[in-house]
Amino acid sequence: MPMAADEIAGLIKAGIPDATVEITDLAGDGDHYAAKVVSESFRGIPRVRQHQKVYEALGGRMGGVLHALQLTTAVP
Amino acid sequence: MTDDTQARIAEAVNGNEVLLFMKGSPLFPQCGFSSRAVAILDHLGVEYGSVDVLQDQAIRQGIKQFSDWPTIPQLYVKGEFVGGSDIMMEMYETGELAELMQKSGVAQKAA
Repeated sequence: MPMAADEIAGLIKAGIPDATVEITDLAGDGDHYAAKVVSESFRGIPRVRQHQKVYEALGGRMGGVLHALQLTTAVP
Repeated sequence: MTDDTQARIAEAVNGNEVLLFMKGSPLFPQCGFSSRAVAILDHLGVEYGSVDVLQDQAIRQGIKQFSDWPTIPQLYVKGEFVGGSDIMMEMYETGELAELMQKSGVAQKAA
C-alpha cells in the first residue's frame, strides 16, 4: 500500500520535532517520493546517522511499504 | 538473523576494500538505486566487490540488521558502512566519496 506524502511528513515531524520536511512526489504515483529533511539535531553527526534518524522516525516502514524514498538531509 | 548469516556478512565486508550490497550484478543491476550506485563506483574508477542480495534471502534480510539500514544498495569501504545510494550520490557530487576512497587507499581499476 503506497503512503500519502502528508503521512510521511507527519511521521518524520513526530520523530524529529524541529524538522522542516519537504516531500516531492517524483512519479505522481504516490509511491516514489523525495524527502528533504532539515533539522538542527543533525548538526555534527555523520550523514549516515542523519538518514538513520529519519528512518527511525518512519518506524520500519522504509524498505517495506515505503520502498522508494530519495532522502536528503541538511542542517539549517 | 542467524549468527551464521552475520558471520558471512562480516566476512564479505572485511574481505573487500570496497563492497556493494546490491540487487543484481554490476553488469545487470535489478533496480534503479543499485544501478545508480554501480554508476557512481564505476565513475570513481575503484575496484569493488559486490553481493547480489537477490541470490540470498538470508543476506537480503540480514544485511538490514547488520548495518541498521533498511534499504539496498549499501556501500562499505574498508569495513565501514558508508550509506545507501542517496548518500553515495550526495558524497559523489561534493567530492567527498572520491576523497574517502583516496584517503582509505582503495585500489584504482587499471585503465
